[in-house]
Amino acid sequence: MSIRTGRDEAFRTSGRVVIVGASLAGLHAAETLRREGFRGRLTLVGDEPDEPYDRPPLSKQVLAGRCPPESTALPHACALDAEWRLGTPAIGLDRAGRRVRLAGGEEIPFDRLLIATGTRARPWPNPAEAALAGVVALRGRDDTRRLRQELAAGPRRVLVIGAGFTGSEVASVGRELGLPVTVAERAASPLAGALGGAIGAVAARLQREHGVDLRCGVTVTSLEGDARGHVRRAYLDDGSALDADVAVVALGTLRNTEWLRDSGLGAGPRGVACDAGCRVFDMYGIVTDDVFAAGDVARSPHPLFGFEFLALEHWSNAVEQAEVAAHNLLSAESERRPYLHVPTFWSFQFGVGIESAGVPALGEDVVVVQGSTDDRRFVALYGHQGRTVAAVTFDQSKWLDFYLEQIETAAPFPPRYRTVDQPAQRRVVPADFPDPAVPSHGPMVIRTGHSPTERAWTLVPARG
Amino acid sequence: MRIVVDLNRCQGYGQCVFLAPGVFELQGEEALMYDPGPDRSQRVPVLRAAAACPVQAIRVEHGHSLPPTQPSPGPGEEGRGGRGRR
Repeated sequence: MSIRTGRDEAFRTSGRVVIVGASLAGLHAAETLRREGFRGRLTLVGDEPDEPYDRPPLSKQVLAGRCPPESTALPHACALDAEWRLGTPAIGLDRAGRRVRLAGGEEIPFDRLLIATGTRARPWPNPAEAALAGVVALRGRDDTRRLRQELAAGPRRVLVIGAGFTGSEVASVGRELGLPVTVAERAASPLAGALGGAIGAVAARLQREHGVDLRCGVTVTSLEGDARGHVRRAYLDDGSALDADVAVVALGTLRNTEWLRDSGLGAGPRGVACDAGCRVFDMYGIVTDDVFAAGDVARSPHPLFGFEFLALEHWSNAVEQAEVAAHNLLSAESERRPYLHVPTFWSFQFGVGIESAGVPALGEDVVVVQGSTDDRRFVALYGHQGRTVAAVTFDQSKWLDFYLEQIETAAPFPPRYRTVDQPAQRRVVPADFPDPAVPSHGPMVIRTGHSPTERAWTLVPARG
Repeated sequence: MRIVVDLNRCQGYGQCVFLAPGVFELQGEEALMYDPGPDRSQRVPVLRAAAACPVQAIRVEHGHSLPPTQPSPGPGEEGRGGRGRR
């Protein structure tokens, strides 16, 4: 039990907290602040006009037309009593003056700041082609509305560029709607960045069984429009061309850190660097006192994975990290908690539930320990230097909690224990992740190295 | 009303599909498709589904609770173990 100082108590009663980013992480941070007794002024800033909504359904039941995009507003676990600045992105941070600058010119003062600006879809690199009607990068509600309209118009063919989780889920919905779908992926298989080529091969069979025209090892080089400015054809680097009326750009994400460019914080294309307690580093690697980060945009050292800085684009990461960041923002130093969450994620595609715990991309080898890849029902474990670092399940999520414990306790790899539904032979094979130096379509767990800030510092001599 | 399902916790037990079939649906064995904004007429079935979920994966907007004659919702969402929260 520690003693709260008068300063802490005054902050809890009448302090000012600004949360920049009004999506899943921002909402959970706000809820945590209120639940833990923060009674001061709370402001949430968001670039989208909507209050926080859930994104995973957008590429699944919403795109399939089972429910409208508006239905995905997130439930509030408690009354937030917050001031909202929606539809007005933050464009700058004045750390000395403790103010966030908004696009409309407004400046919002704060005592403590939480950065949860997340990511956006990586756009198609050619702006003129990206502006063609029918070319959609899926991230928000508006993108889903547009893509839904395009799919409802009965396109001759849907081209999905990039077979990460988003691209694969869109392809799945396209087939569910009975549309011809082509998927073009630069790696040798779908989901290669997230699950590696060995398990990616299972995903490839799944796609082809469901009638997807899957083309791996190819790059889409250009998109061509018709006289009305609507996409009609795509050209691939294998020399082929493809007629398609919809092109879904699923090339991963970019981190929304541009607004912090002149803030002096350790923020760049790889995210906002923070310590294990979500406190943000400045550009010299010095930890700040009153600036915290959470969610997709944050990257922090993970004790379970060699203290490597990881950026995790997972739903569970946004929830859990926001709770730790908000708790620490509110707490005296002695009451702060480290962020020790083991990454987990799920994806539904082609009627199969894919779930994962740990960081598959750290694994060099993979072994199926339950079930069989032929049946699309199995558990695969990933190993790194004799340790189990991740588990991936296809329609076997009930076992994941057990394997999560194995990962948390650094259990040996390959495992020595017996399992239910064990294959006759456990074959350890290379996990076959693509070379990290080659651009990929977004592995969702981004290994960002050991340096707290990638921006090399320069000494600027004082003038006069 | 607003709901969200923590699909990391969900293990496809399907209790929600039986209790609120108009809101929850399983595609295949584990892929749960649900309506995140069900009509108010679905309120009681949704609250029953949230209470019955073996892994307490369904979160409902605050202020909603089952009438006293209904089974109690049990421990709150923090009350039971879930992935990463043991």
